[in-house]
Amino acid sequence: MTAMTKWINEVGPQNDIIISSRIRLARNIRDYPFPIALIKSKSKEIIKEVSDSVISGCEILKNEFLLQEMEFLNPLDRQVLMEKHLISPNLISNADKAAVMMNGDESISIMINEEDHIRIQCLLPGLQLDEAWSMADKVDDLLEERISYAFDEQLGYLTSCLTNVGTGIRASVMVHLPALTMTGYINRILQAANQIGLAVRGIYGEGTEFAGNVFQISNQLTLGRSELDIIGNLKDVSRQIIQKERDARATLIENSKLQLEDKVCRSYGILANARILTSQEAMKLLSDVRLGIDMGIINGIKCKNLNQIMIMTQPAFLQKLANKALSTNERDTRRASLVREKLGSE
Amino acid sequence: MLCENCNKKPATVHLTKILNEKKAEHHLCEQCATQQEGVYFDTSYSINNFLTGLLDSIQDSPIKIDYIQTTKCDKCGMNYGKFKQLARLGCSQCYNAFQEKLGPLVKRIQGNEIHVGKIPRKAGGAILTKKEIKSLKVRLDEAIRKEDFEHAVLLRDEIRELESKLGD
Repeated sequence: MTAMTKWINEVGPQNDIIISSRIRLARNIRDYPFPIALIKSKSKEIIKEVSDSVISGCEILKNEFLLQEMEFLNPLDRQVLMEKHLISPNLISNADKAAVMMNGDESISIMINEEDHIRIQCLLPGLQLDEAWSMADKVDDLLEERISYAFDEQLGYLTSCLTNVGTGIRASVMVHLPALTMTGYINRILQAANQIGLAVRGIYGEGTEFAGNVFQISNQLTLGRSELDIIGNLKDVSRQIIQKERDARATLIENSKLQLEDKVCRSYGILANARILTSQEAMKLLSDVRLGIDMGIINGIKCKNLNQIMIMTQPAFLQKLANKALSTNERDTRRASLVREKLGSE
Repeated sequence: MLCENCNKKPATVHLTKILNEKKAEHHLCEQCATQQEGVYFDTSYSINNFLTGLLDSIQDSPIKIDYIQTTKCDKCGMNYGKFKQLARLGCSQCYNAFQEKLGPLVKRIQGNEIHVGKIPRKAGGAILTKKEIKSLKVRLDEAIRKEDFEHAVLLRDEIRELESKLGD
């Protein structure tokens, strides 16, 4: 099920620290009320207008994109899409009016009737913000061939929330920063990021905790700066964070090699043997093992790609694999056995 | 500092109790603090309240009660009170309807007022055409003032052509 999702399965540049890069563009169609004030019949018109312009706009895309209306998708499948970061929680809460279009490798998802009529999202593994922007920009041009966007000379692209007005762009990277967390430097980094207009969140968006030392860093402001400026700023900061994390990893090896090896190997030992694993414990231990693999402390594991395990051990994904609803206890058992299987020796 | 009650989470609430002239200090995490007797604090913080809360603090145009009740977007029916509550606009026309209040709010949230960056080809094309018409009209007025009617006729035709292009 993760087989086709590009960001989960493929390796990108700087993948040992930057898990994924994402560009999201918010767009609205002129002359329709925003989704918050939209009646259902109108929402269907919008879904049709957007899907028509994707499908008829370009021969190549015709067979690439699949349209899924949220109301015809069962709650578990919706949740799986969210756990794969392809749709937002907001799209699910708008299920009766919303839809999503995704391409074959799920690197592009076009959310329809989320907070805005159109949310173009491009998601790639590793540090590939420019590549993701270029994809999103093309999809945007394609949609605009048929759709008239709500655009104002002064304010730019008009959005339902003022925090998106202007470029409508949200650029973000998902980063794994275990060494900065262990050495305690993380707070300074997060503060610095905040000061230059970047927001730091847990991986499932606003209000989620920093599970497994994974952070999401994104631009906060969307007006008065060009897309390339915004992306350039995030890219520069990402490069600095990569350097700081590498330095912190080197410091750990230099000053506390044995302790680090002990921590990583203990975590691996638990993951490789546990019979019950909560989601939170799994995330925490997987972070150690990921660090261990990246630093060459752990070798010879079957599954090199911890992104897969991270996503497959999420609640909805486990239920999808089991093909039935599972209680929390059942999930914890299944999670443990899935991790044991994936982390077994070659 | 860790919470003295659960010893797990960082202490973010620092409480000084004075009871019978005896002073006691407590350092608690938010969760433990809410369970303390006699401690009330609002945890219903949301980004919506925060954003629209700024509206009330904008100094240059004090809100009048009738503004809240009567200012309404003709297109989607969103009124200003509802916008404040939802922190979401109902349609692109709302930007005009609440312009007076939105201008300063946009500046506060974004630190900027003018879009820089991508312009959609279609909508953007119309914007450029409108700008051109505006400048041609200025030149037309000038030509008429100077009684250069030959030139004025040419300018008038040019404006008409652009206007018909806009109408398409």
